[in-house]
Amino acid sequence: MKEKTKNNKLNRREVLKKLGKYLPSAGLLWIASSKLALPAEENGKKHNYGMGVYIKRCIGCGRCANACKEENNVPRDPFFYRTWIERYAVNMDGEVSVQSPNGGIDGFSPMEATRTLLKSFFVPKLCNHCDNPPCVQVCPVGATFKSPEGVILVDEKYCIGCRYCIQACPYGARYFHPEKKVADKCTFCYHRITKGLRPACVEVCPTNARVFGDLHTLSSPLLRFKRMNDIHVLKPDLNTEPKVYYANMDGVVR
Amino acid sequence: MEKLIEQLYAASQQISGFIYPNEVELQWSILIVIYPYITGLVAGAFILASLVKVFNVKALSPTYRLALLTALAFLIVAPMPLQFHLGHMERSYEIFLTPHLKSAMAVFGFVYMWYLMVVLLLEIWFDYRKDLVEMANREKGLKKLLYMALSLFSRDISPKAIAFDKKAAKIITIIGIPSAFLLHGYVGFIFGSIKANPWWSSVLIPVVFLFSAIVSGIALVLILYMVITMFRGKKLDMLCLDRLADFLLYAVIVDFSLEMLDFIHRLYQSEDSIHIISELIKTKLFISLIIVQILLGIIVPVGMIVLVKFFKYQDELRRLVYFVAALLIQMGIFGTRWNVVIGGQLFSKSFRGLTAYKMELLGMEGLFVALGFLVLPFIILYLVTRVFSPWEEGQEQSIS
Repeated sequence: MKEKTKNNKLNRREVLKKLGKYLPSAGLLWIASSKLALPAEENGKKHNYGMGVYIKRCIGCGRCANACKEENNVPRDPFFYRTWIERYAVNMDGEVSVQSPNGGIDGFSPMEATRTLLKSFFVPKLCNHCDNPPCVQVCPVGATFKSPEGVILVDEKYCIGCRYCIQACPYGARYFHPEKKVADKCTFCYHRITKGLRPACVEVCPTNARVFGDLHTLSSPLLRFKRMNDIHVLKPDLNTEPKVYYANMDGVVR
Repeated sequence: MEKLIEQLYAASQQISGFIYPNEVELQWSILIVIYPYITGLVAGAFILASLVKVFNVKALSPTYRLALLTALAFLIVAPMPLQFHLGHMERSYEIFLTPHLKSAMAVFGFVYMWYLMVVLLLEIWFDYRKDLVEMANREKGLKKLLYMALSLFSRDISPKAIAFDKKAAKIITIIGIPSAFLLHGYVGFIFGSIKANPWWSSVLIPVVFLFSAIVSGIALVLILYMVITMFRGKKLDMLCLDRLADFLLYAVIVDFSLEMLDFIHRLYQSEDSIHIISELIKTKLFISLIIVQILLGIIVPVGMIVLVKFFKYQDELRRLVYFVAALLIQMGIFGTRWNVVIGGQLFSKSFRGLTAYKMELLGMEGLFVALGFLVLPFIILYLVTRVFSPWEEGQEQSIS
């Protein structure tokens, strides 16, 4: 009995031995766990989402604009859009005409083949999720904000409906939701992208004209898009730093 | 919602050229025109009052108290059209609780409160304290209690206390001048800082707003002074009226010069928005800008005032001319507000087309609500003058 007790007791040497084993391993575990945990915590912060658009691939079918209305419950009336398509027609004399009937959802009627028409192309439009967003700047209560993933969102439970952000957007990307009475706009389908899915408009595009991706990931399709194409953004002189990039965009597009 | 959609279909028929599909709905309606108009009247009326107190323009003293009370009546109404315009009026308190300080609009609440509480109410209180104490001494019952409460139960009307009142009112007016500049210059900044809109985005807009505010304030007090004096059966102080017309003339000239500077600057710089802005002025804004704002609101009244001053016509004619000129100027300033707020939304940010605004008659954002907000300050002014007399006793002569 006495001997057992004695055996159960740890002497100083054994304590130091065990400490020597446990302490470094506990430390390693702590470091490893914190290292492993970091990316999960910082996942949001590390992403910075954007979109690329191949102008030459867009055929103006309007499926993207339609899918957006379906996915995000955007009112179907032809005055409210989170994304839409414009058709540009440039004449030989430099005259430009633009159309976007019902945001391009029903497609476009064929153009008359005139000898003066120089070229024609489609431009899909949406919120540019600007890095320097004027809409966020002007919101009097901070209801519109930039998410950690670089997506510009509106908190519909907080927005007071003053419409200042709609005035401040140079791209006409915002509208006033007629039922919710708050400002509304493209969210890059935030509910989808945070689950690893792509925005609805990107998903349905039959020609892969829209490229969605992360600007912070080297292997992202968006960075590849930016690397492989001549890039232009809308109204760069306003210093809004848009994150919707257009490949080979003509200078007439505004 | 169905009514809105109907309106939008009607509006879409009046669109010319290409506009972004979200631009069919015009976001800021007549109520937002009323807001800078009323705020301008507040600032202008206060600046007029300060001419008496700070700059010692003795001739204007018959209008000093009237100007202050007018500023108060209009200031009470100023935020109302904004409130009515909000999609969620019930959340408007968030501007005070969680203001986003980078937003030009967020600070309006604070600027407004500062102006109402620290400047106007305090100045009026110091100015009327002696009268209130005297009335409390004279009256009985509930009225006595009311006057005592309004005087915040102060009783001291010794010469020393009254001298202090005068000094305090003067100091507050001195603080009030930059505050009035801040109030309306700031309203101009709300528009001027929007880089997305080339019609608004101008460093001159706050300054133009300020001077047009002074113009509208002086014109309003001039009209009120003439009308109220007529109803009271008293004699108009012609010297005061002449001086009012002088200051009105100076303010209009400065205002017009600034507007012209802005116009010439835009024309000369000829940025990419110049084509659509020219089209806007030639078509949708022709009547409200060229005819109402510039011709009837500035050139004609300035010509009228200059003529009667130059040829030194008799009092009767001068009075009539001042009155008509002030009315025209007032209409012109309303035109200015309309042209800024509505005009700035009548063209697409694609610079390729013009949108349309069809004002409702009934409804929250309709003409009648707007007219209501324009009439309300006069009712408030009437009620306020029942308690606080704008006229100092023994100062005027009755028509005999």
